[in-house]
Amino acid sequence: MPSCKPIGFTSTCFNKARLNTRLNRTPFTRTRFALATALAASVSFTSAHAAGDVEVLHWWTSGGEARAANVLKDLMEAEGYGWQDFAVAGGGGETAMTVLKSRAMSGNPPSAAQIKGPEIQEWGELGLLGELDDVAEAEGWNQLLPETVAEIMRYDGQYVAVPVNVHRVNWLWANPNVLEQAGVEMPTTLDELFAAGEAIREAGFIPLAHGGQAWQDATVFETVLLATGGVEFYQQALVDLDPEALGSEQMIEALETFKRLRGLMDDDMSGRDWNIATSMVINGDAAMQLMGDWAKGEFTAAELTAGEDYLCAAAPGTADAFTFNIDSLAMFRVAGEEHEAQQALARLVLEPTFQEAFNLAKGSIPARPDLDMSDFDACARQSLEDFQRTADEGGLVPSMAHGMAVRADVQGAIFDVVTNYFNARDMEAEQAAQRMVNAAQAAL
Amino acid sequence: MTIVSHAQERPVRPAARRTTAAHLQDWLPRLVLAPSVAITLFFVYGFMLWTFVLSLTSSRMLPSYDFVGFAQYARLMANDRWWVASTNLVIFGGLFVTICLVIGVVLAILLDQRIRQEGTLRTLYLYPMALSFIVTGVVWKWLLNPGLGIQAMVRSWGFESFTFNWIVDPDMAIYTLVLAAVWQASGFVMALFLAGLRGIDDSIIKAAQLDGASLPRVYYRVILPCLRPVVFSAVMILSHIAIKSFDLVVALTGGGPGYATDLPATFMYAHAFTRAQIGLGSASAMLMLGGVLAILIPYLYSELRSRKHG
Repeated sequence: MPSCKPIGFTSTCFNKARLNTRLNRTPFTRTRFALATALAASVSFTSAHAAGDVEVLHWWTSGGEARAANVLKDLMEAEGYGWQDFAVAGGGGETAMTVLKSRAMSGNPPSAAQIKGPEIQEWGELGLLGELDDVAEAEGWNQLLPETVAEIMRYDGQYVAVPVNVHRVNWLWANPNVLEQAGVEMPTTLDELFAAGEAIREAGFIPLAHGGQAWQDATVFETVLLATGGVEFYQQALVDLDPEALGSEQMIEALETFKRLRGLMDDDMSGRDWNIATSMVINGDAAMQLMGDWAKGEFTAAELTAGEDYLCAAAPGTADAFTFNIDSLAMFRVAGEEHEAQQALARLVLEPTFQEAFNLAKGSIPARPDLDMSDFDACARQSLEDFQRTADEGGLVPSMAHGMAVRADVQGAIFDVVTNYFNARDMEAEQAAQRMVNAAQAAL
Repeated sequence: MTIVSHAQERPVRPAARRTTAAHLQDWLPRLVLAPSVAITLFFVYGFMLWTFVLSLTSSRMLPSYDFVGFAQYARLMANDRWWVASTNLVIFGGLFVTICLVIGVVLAILLDQRIRQEGTLRTLYLYPMALSFIVTGVVWKWLLNPGLGIQAMVRSWGFESFTFNWIVDPDMAIYTLVLAAVWQASGFVMALFLAGLRGIDDSIIKAAQLDGASLPRVYYRVILPCLRPVVFSAVMILSHIAIKSFDLVVALTGGGPGYATDLPATFMYAHAFTRAQIGLGSASAMLMLGGVLAILIPYLYSELRSRKHG
């Protein structure tokens, strides 16, 4: 690849080899010549690729993820398009979003960026996203994707983003040895969970591994709320932000149950990272953890087999629901050959080759339900089955804790209430519910 | 002709040179300083102004110029978390500065007693300052964790009822920040005071002793008042460390439990950069600036004025 620098909406690549031969011929005016050539190059060799480049901003930078992203690069290059990797590591995408904002503000956004949930709508409102309707129609996305998912990918009725994978958030992970020693089964309801918790505590283990960080508190909270209030209430409270639902008896019940779970956790959890909590389950210090299916990556890294060395099940009381956390690539408005390449990118992302390779590496399930799942493990197969079932029966809901349901500011305000209530000694559930109502209203 | 012209030019040239040289000498400092002044004006004061402008807008994810007056400040005043953060800054800043000063003075006085191995001890006390707050935060996070730090160690010695769980207690967690920050900075304050003590003229002390003053009295009445400029510098340095504390919070408690150890700096970062509320974040940044000025300007004023007169 010749050296390329992103300038403007198109990339500026100039042919180094050609430049070098010219330089060798005229050694005395090297500097001036180099300048002139570079200037000429920046004009005349703009989008030198026959089929155009895409620049993709993402934060798939860990080992498996980076390999998975490379699959997409290879697919693009096989079709003759150029791929410019714009990976920004760190902070769960915070750093990447900061970079993206500054690029967008300077009028120079990448072709595609890893943006998810309601944020797609915010970028759409800024008028920066381009549409993918031609690809969507040709590939039949409307039939392929569940409506709940498709809706998130559209802005103003047009497809502007393409889903990459589906994570399920309402999972319960468990260590079968610990459960056996405590003489309990995998709990399927919250009552069973509390009963099992006592038995596990008596057997000398921590019933529930948890990390005291705001997003983890919120992850557990939304799962509990889903279990006590059901799908409809979840939708009203955490997606539609209905003030009546937020201040209702059901909310108070959810909050109280959530706080009761604290009794199943250990005292040292404050500030602990989620993967440390998972390793407590792996090591047999703790019995269970409520966490999304990215936790599987930790079990896999410890060379454990799903269904044998560790158990997975829908979080207690939420078997008929599926809280999803979907990564997607949103497409920015670009022109010319880059636009062509971008459309090809959108098509390739949903094609089976990439979906399979990427999701095997990431522990999630493909965003299209029609794939052969034989290479996936038991947990992923169950996840996909539940995904299809809940999509048909209406139990598919976006995860509030993972930025799929509400905008970042509302999400932050809810996090504040949840984590404060969970950690405060003397805060009543009624008070927390009232604060939740205020938070939702202030943010509107 | 040539000779004449040379003769004519000779006296002129050096004069011209002198004036050019003099001009250059006049302008050189300004020229050399100009870039840094311009950069500072733009990047510090310009952005301060921009932050103020943004704090008056309804900016969310990206800056916008839809002016809403002081609505963001009103929202901030109604925000529970902001009040927790501000109260925390008062507690943390007050305790941190006071305790550092006290420990610094005491250590400096003790080290000043012409003891053996003073250099080694001085280095030992000063070393924490060489660490970044991130390192301090992580180390203290482990030490303070009830399950694997000090509490677990003392319990393993047989004191089963020993509890030291401040870091997981929302009411006490803010004091763990003070603990870690004091550990890091008091050695530095000691070094400042030690330098100050060494700078005091021995004859003053001897005169006081001749007048029959006891040693504590000499320190209290003579030496400490002489150290007033050092106190001034120390307070300046410590208070700015306190106000900009961000890394320590992130590494030690992550703002938790809940948001019990949030400081205005972490509040500002969370809102401006992760929660897409640039307007609210800017308003909190302006209030932080206001807070700093409210404390520093009267102090600077009184110190600098009294020094001029004294």
